[in-house]
Amino acid sequence: MNTNAIHLTTLDYSILAIYIIVVIGIGFVLKRHMKSASDFLLSGGTIPVWVTGLAFLSANLGAQEVIGMAASGAKYGIMTSQFYWVGAIPAMLFLAVFMMPFYFGSRARSVPEYLALRFDEKTRGLNAAAFAVMTVASSGASLHALAALLHLLLGWNYNVSLIATSIVVLAYVLKGGLSSAIYTEVLQFFLIVLGFSPLVIIGLNDLGGWSGMVSKLNDPMFTHSWKYLDTTNNPMGVEWFAMVFGLGFVLSFGYWCTDFLVIQRAMAAKSMGDARRTPIIAALPKMLFPFIVIVPGMIALALMKSGSGYAIPNGVTGETDYNLVIPSLIAHYLPTGLLGLAMTALMASFMSGMAGNVTAFNTVWTYDIYQSYIASGKSDSHYMWMAKFATVAGIIISIGFAYVAKNVDNIMDFLQLVFGFVNAPVFATFLLGMFWKRATGHGAFFGLLCGTLAAVIFHGISTPMPLTPGESIPWIKGAWLGAHFTYTSSMAQNFWLAIVAWSVCFSMTIIISLATKRTRTDEELKGLVYSLTPQTKEADEPTWLRPGFLAVIVLAIAVILNIIFW
Amino acid sequence: MDFDLRLPIGILFTAYGVILTAFGAITNGSDIYKKSLGDNINLQWGIVLLVFGSLMLGLAMRAKKSSDSKN
Repeated sequence: MNTNAIHLTTLDYSILAIYIIVVIGIGFVLKRHMKSASDFLLSGGTIPVWVTGLAFLSANLGAQEVIGMAASGAKYGIMTSQFYWVGAIPAMLFLAVFMMPFYFGSRARSVPEYLALRFDEKTRGLNAAAFAVMTVASSGASLHALAALLHLLLGWNYNVSLIATSIVVLAYVLKGGLSSAIYTEVLQFFLIVLGFSPLVIIGLNDLGGWSGMVSKLNDPMFTHSWKYLDTTNNPMGVEWFAMVFGLGFVLSFGYWCTDFLVIQRAMAAKSMGDARRTPIIAALPKMLFPFIVIVPGMIALALMKSGSGYAIPNGVTGETDYNLVIPSLIAHYLPTGLLGLAMTALMASFMSGMAGNVTAFNTVWTYDIYQSYIASGKSDSHYMWMAKFATVAGIIISIGFAYVAKNVDNIMDFLQLVFGFVNAPVFATFLLGMFWKRATGHGAFFGLLCGTLAAVIFHGISTPMPLTPGESIPWIKGAWLGAHFTYTSSMAQNFWLAIVAWSVCFSMTIIISLATKRTRTDEELKGLVYSLTPQTKEADEPTWLRPGFLAVIVLAIAVILNIIFW
Repeated sequence: MDFDLRLPIGILFTAYGVILTAFGAITNGSDIYKKSLGDNINLQWGIVLLVFGSLMLGLAMRAKKSSDSKN
């Protein structure tokens, strides 16, 4: 795609300007509610459940997700929906029904703090430090991706785009804290839905409806999500066991059930019931998102195959750049006016992705690192000051990461790899922590380290299959200790890495726990472990509002979607 | 907290609806709609946004009214 591939008119700029005025306006209105550090960092349990639900969904729906899912739609077809219907939904429901009572019911203000209460300080410190680095790095990656895209599409100056975006995010997060970020995420949710739907509607019209698209794709592997998973002979190169256990269980549960960025949204709800309903409310629209984010990729591919003259553009390297599917469809179909709306939606999702990371970072920094290890027992106004300082610092570090991403080749791939090593085993720690009272602090800490180490070693001895025979695999993709295991794709390798890391963490945590003494008594673990916590009282809620009942309904719909797109 | 998010959502999308509907009406039949297969998509989608925006505004107003009468 050439520079200035998209030309915005005054009308389009006004649409963008109105959005920026509204989000900064929300920040200023919320400012008067920010009286204590907990108002600023935790929203003090004041947010209505439909808002926390949509924010829970949107916090994960950054622009990289939207762009990446469309890219996968063009590469793998409807099989990409495995990330939603098998990956996200069961994990979100498990969080709602089984895990949220312990996050919301304990006195913890964050996920790392739960680990401190359940296990010990070293387990919290490990989790908090890894999470803090991860959030600012993702925020920086998001910032870099936005500035690079704006430069490519609109010809905007990279530095100006980067700084201007940061200032907008800083303005509303500094005023309204977590509440600002949550409310803006909901605004972004509606912008994405209402800004991208016309793209799907026009695209499908152009191709002669869904059946027209299917016949132009002319490849059954692109329109079935399960049918070709019996072997690795499918576009993703993954068979069903790695899909269900690696992606569906280890990676998805590890993300949705332990990542503070999303769980923070649920913890801001007004009551235990609302906190548990938050992921369920998020799951409903989440199930339908493949139609907005994956189908555009399939439309682009069908359009290309039909010989309409449209082609997915080449990136800077001269190869087809699937990440340009969404921007190129916007340029292809949308006239000025709707063009401005779609571009605003894209920019809004970059900004709210950044705001989400920054608000999770400032909480973990202030409570789990600063208050725990640097300065405890200070006044609330001191922590409020620190929270604001951490917000500014988080944004400045993000800008630093953005420039590192721009100038150091592969650095983001490397960080992604490291985060993968840290994240893959983590769900085993939480699962044992919540459901096995015998798990000890030493068991959790060293189990987690063993799991991470197993991930590193597995990466060293495994490799994706070379695309052409004899092609050498760069170390970032694995095999730096020799190619002992070969997988059909990087994705398959990654899913198996997660399975290995999780299994090692799970078994080592059990072994070390049994070999060490319990550090927490039954009384201390009340509200933190399943068997020692009285069942949540739901008697005062009507049946149709109970999390368990709602979760069964959502799960049934997810099963139906899987069957329809079998 | 007396903050109702439906109000800013309503304001934002009503504004977008008005702008796109008006622009669509002025540019009806223009060449810019060749891209969108000849459909005046600004006018059509503008109306969708207007309906959504005013629905949100209406809900926010109604909630405010009922909380005012309670106090």
